[in-house]
Amino acid sequence: MLKRIMSTAIIAGLVAGILVSVVHEFTTTPIILYAEEYENSGENHHTLLQDATQGGVKKANVHSDTQGQIYLADTDSEDGQEEWGPNNRLERTFFTSLANILTGVGFAAILVACFTFSGEKLSGRRGVIWGLAGFAVFTLAPSLGLPPEVPGSMAADLSLRQTWWIATSVATGVGLWVMIFGSKTPIYLLGLLLIILPHVIGAPQPTEIGGNAPPELAGQFVAASIVVSAIFWVILGWTSGALWKHSGDVAK
Amino acid sequence: MNLSINSASSVVSQSRTNAVMAAAVAMMFGIFMVYGVGFAQSASLHNAAHDTRHSYAFPCH
Repeated sequence: MLKRIMSTAIIAGLVAGILVSVVHEFTTTPIILYAEEYENSGENHHTLLQDATQGGVKKANVHSDTQGQIYLADTDSEDGQEEWGPNNRLERTFFTSLANILTGVGFAAILVACFTFSGEKLSGRRGVIWGLAGFAVFTLAPSLGLPPEVPGSMAADLSLRQTWWIATSVATGVGLWVMIFGSKTPIYLLGLLLIILPHVIGAPQPTEIGGNAPPELAGQFVAASIVVSAIFWVILGWTSGALWKHSGDVAK
Repeated sequence: MNLSINSASSVVSQSRTNAVMAAAVAMMFGIFMVYGVGFAQSASLHNAAHDTRHSYAFPCH
């Protein structure tokens, strides 16, 4: 069974990861590269650059008395040595595609594990519905509090944002699951409560806004990355569902 | 499925247990992969996966 789950996840993740890499190359990546020109220029009117390092990432304090910070893309480690990073555009595309494929395999493993937990019948078409649930859990719900960030955006502390992001996805996933597979009204209400709760608590926000990237660019990036994520999840859902059905038919 | 048939119900429940165990392992593998690409606070991993992190709306920088 593990072999069947993993082979489905690896093939589906590979397919979705490669296809979405092509889409990224023409949608989100150009916006990231463009935004980085603003991020690295430091031409913001109230940028008081103060070199400090955290986890090898250089950050610029906008005002020394606030917590709003812009994290710059170029990374120096604490001892001042340049950390490894892709050297040129081709290398960067390669590592982005590799990261997309690994993310695809990871999400596919989670999705196929959920197929198995549910015991439901799958097909390509049903897989699309599962994929859209994944899109809601891993893109829509976290984006409501933490919209996709273009480089050079102002943001709250990284660990706090990561914690909120993960907690929101878990709460939304469990909430959706019990609402779909639950059978009693109190269970539905519990599911709804779990989905709403992270947004009532609220995502960590910077104390000030006004990063280096122009707002038009930031808005364009949010739309592009959410739309591309939807495409990714539909491809991943269809491929996983179709492969899962196929491997079940072969085993019979 | 290499299960010998003792009684229909025990086979069904045993294969269900196996499936749930396998799914739990796959789930952990999936979380590990997504965490590594999207969340690990290593500068090299961050730099390699930078554009992916931004594009998937993982919190970055």
